[in-house]
Amino acid sequence: MAKGSVSIHVERCKACGFCVEFCPTKVLALSSAFNSKGYHPPQMVAPEKCSGCDLCGMYCPDFAIFGYRLNAADSANAPDKEATDAR
Amino acid sequence: MSTIPINPVLPFLRTDRMPTIWCPGCGIGTTVNCFARALLDSGVDLKHLAIVSGIGCTGRVAGYVKLDSFHTTHGRAIPFATGLKLANPKLNVVVYSGDGDLSAIGGNHLIHAARRNIDIKVICVNNLIYAMTGGQTAPTTPGHVITSTHPYGTFDPNFNLPHLVEAAGAVYVARWTTFHVRQIARSMAEVFKKPGFCFIEILSPCPTLYQRRNKMGDGLDTMKFYKEHSKIKNGVSTSEVGLTRNGDIIVGKFVDRDRSDYLTMAHDQFVEALGDRYVDECAAECCEEGI
Ligand SMILES: Cc1ncc(C[n+]2csc(CCOP(=O)(O)OP(=O)(O)O)c2C)c(N)n1
Ligand code: SF4
Ligand code: SF4
Ligand code: SF4
Ligand SMILES: [Mg+2]
Repeated sequence: MAKGSVSIHVERCKACGFCVEFCPTKVLALSSAFNSKGYHPPQMVAPEKCSGCDLCGMYCPDFAIFGYRLNAADSANAPDKEATDAR
Repeated sequence: MSTIPINPVLPFLRTDRMPTIWCPGCGIGTTVNCFARALLDSGVDLKHLAIVSGIGCTGRVAGYVKLDSFHTTHGRAIPFATGLKLANPKLNVVVYSGDGDLSAIGGNHLIHAARRNIDIKVICVNNLIYAMTGGQTAPTTPGHVITSTHPYGTFDPNFNLPHLVEAAGAVYVARWTTFHVRQIARSMAEVFKKPGFCFIEILSPCPTLYQRRNKMGDGLDTMKFYKEHSKIKNGVSTSEVGLTRNGDIIVGKFVDRDRSDYLTMAHDQFVEALGDRYVDECAAECCEEGI
């Protein structure tokens, strides 16, 4: 069960790839979808591996992603991408 | 259901001004992210904090932080910050600017603020170039680099900024790259508590105006280069940390020493010269009003 999750602000992303590259457990990948500026924002491809360490959040130059820890009850129903996009 | 926390850095940012002007793969935003985390971790009083930037891509930081901030003229962030600090000694004053702003047009201010040990914290985002104006050679540009003003490659020696500011008198000198996010945040939090002239150099990718002409790939390529070629050497002599185009990057905390800062020296001198006739007006009045 995942210990953490990420919240992604799709519209703020410029697809630099820093979060994808430096996630220690390779949770993320740039998606094939576009945001309105034409960039490919990241998505979780291995959500079960997310520790919520927030390294992705520290690397992001555009404040478009951050990681957070889930407590045991939360990890059963980790929020899906749509639910987190608004932040 | 789980509650999703908000991004911890948002309270420190003017999100209404975003997206930022910074290019994809630019490292300046990463440094700001680290700065916001340092503010969180250090618990520094935001009412007594001011950020001063000069002009340049890095100079834009002043406009994106939700703090008392000043976007001053090119090269003059340090003199502006000096005035701010001397008039309001209880303010924590941070100068946040680029390598060109701080070491070229503002180079004289840099060395004299270090010599006088003015109690300001200088964060220098070093992308090795004048980025905003089109990629001209800066005093920090290493040799054998193509720039808009050196189309056949640079040949004049570059400044080793940690060595320069240590020689001039800085009490705290560190260098990191934008790969070293945790270390940057830790150094920033450390200097908020350190009296005197502190200097943190952060090497940062500029894919648009440094890398492109030199076929160095994108911002992520430079981040990977930082990861592979940085050597952490805390306490190493700053004479050994000069930068070359493709060589290793020595990072770490190089200097952490103590000496009286400018206001303390001024106070001591006035007391010595004037004795009881000296009234420290600022300590007596303006600082108590809670700026
Ligand atoms: C008095 C004056 N001279 C020159 C300029 C043009 N100018 C604007 S930014 C800049 C250099 C910026 O380089 P740096 O400080 O390294 O910032 P960067 O854009 O690389 O972050 C120059 C020369 C100016 N704005 N004002
Ligand atoms: S929070 Fe940590 S583990 Fe999760 S995606 Fe971000 S970097 Fe990876
Ligand atoms: S680090 Fe930020 S801007 Fe870069 S790809 Fe990830 S979310 Fe997008
Ligand atoms: S020109 Fe260079 S320094 Fe300026 S925003 Fe673009 S990448 Fe960053
Ligand atoms: Mg520069």
